[in-house]
Amino acid sequence: MRPFELHQANSLAEVLALLDQYGGDDVHLMAGGTSLILLMNLGLVEPARVISLRRVAELQGISALPDGGLEIHALATHRQGELSAAVHAYCPALATTFGHVATVRIRNQGTIGGNIAHADPAQDPPPMLIALDAQVVLRSTSGERVVPLDEFFVDYLTTTLQPGEVLTSIRLPALAPGTRATYQKFLPRTHDDYATVSVAATLRLDGDGRCADVRVALGGAAGVPVHARAVEDALRGEVPTDERIAAAAALVLDVVDPPNDARGSATYKRRMARVWTERALLSLRDQSNGGHG
Amino acid sequence: MTLSSQHSLRFELNGAARDMTVPAHHRLIDLLRDELGLTGTKEGCSVGVCGACSVLVDGQLLSACLLPAIFVDGTRVTTIEGLAPDDGHLTALQDAFIRHGGFQCGICTPGQIIAATALLDANPRPTADEVRAWMMGNLCRCTGYYKIVESVLAAAEAGPAAVIRQAIGVR
Repeated sequence: MRPFELHQANSLAEVLALLDQYGGDDVHLMAGGTSLILLMNLGLVEPARVISLRRVAELQGISALPDGGLEIHALATHRQGELSAAVHAYCPALATTFGHVATVRIRNQGTIGGNIAHADPAQDPPPMLIALDAQVVLRSTSGERVVPLDEFFVDYLTTTLQPGEVLTSIRLPALAPGTRATYQKFLPRTHDDYATVSVAATLRLDGDGRCADVRVALGGAAGVPVHARAVEDALRGEVPTDERIAAAAALVLDVVDPPNDARGSATYKRRMARVWTERALLSLRDQSNGGHG
Repeated sequence: MTLSSQHSLRFELNGAARDMTVPAHHRLIDLLRDELGLTGTKEGCSVGVCGACSVLVDGQLLSACLLPAIFVDGTRVTTIEGLAPDDGHLTALQDAFIRHGGFQCGICTPGQIIAATALLDANPRPTADEVRAWMMGNLCRCTGYYKIVESVLAAAEAGPAAVIRQAIGVR
């Protein structure tokens, strides 16, 4: 690993001041370090300076918001997300999603904020968080921006995060009562692998059995996590029959653009994106209304 | 070529206080193996996948190949060398791995035993499925895993007490 200058910031104000002082491409923020150290080990990233966020108390923890929403601070680890009582109370499928990330060793170190800022489109949490209508909070010395998560990702490992900005937390709105959620990870190889494709979805039916709210997002299906609005538009206001779900799921073929890689050809992954979208929606429709499971 | 910044590091390693200075770019695995000569912790894949470098930091299972050394400042680190209470004893897991053939070539074994130690700490009587789920990030190319799972379940049944180290005959 190439030598570098490390700054161990003790507060968010200190982080922002350091970013202003050393701004540019040669300074990197480090949260848990799993992705950054890996890339530095491989010589793919060679920053002159690294600012460690690990000691910044404001970036720790997961808390329920007074309005029924949830705030996940950037340095909360995946393991904390998996076990957090606040996450389980908010949406058990979100806790399950955090538990799908790699192995317990990586979940103990890797952070949820770091995962999002790293913008790997095959990661598990982003599609589930998009399906839950998450926003990310970005802070700089000039203030705060709040960006919907589905607008945060630009391309593979690329986000709208500007030089001088820090992702400080992920905010989730209160879920309407009766909202169902699922995360379906298609894993033909080992359990700790990236998904070949993954599908996160939420569904709320009204009193007549029509789709009042429906959200669908996919991982591993393009250069960014894909928010499949066309699928949602096709179902909203409709009774989700088998035929309507199949027709809506087929619309993901227009919005996915997966890479060829060791987990399958682009053609195969496109087909699996349709299949798993259909399965996710059927499983939500058929879930007995057990809260936010 | 820039030099790394140097950082003072105070931590507890296998029960003994350590006070050192480390450069920013050293990982915990570099510190353990190259600075301190604790070569029980192995570097396999260097990308956090294989589990050979598993260590416990404040009881949490982590990959020493991905952990900046300075991150252990103020913590309690346990490596394979620090599990047994003394030279005359083994932990129940170490004993079970020997008795049940939980290893062949041995390169993954320190990581397997560290990972299993964290498992039994969190869940003293796991099912075979729970053992497989927890240990899936510790790769072994010899055993086919059956003997590893068997060893962990045997240690769980034996309980947490250390056992007297005995010579096990080789025929």
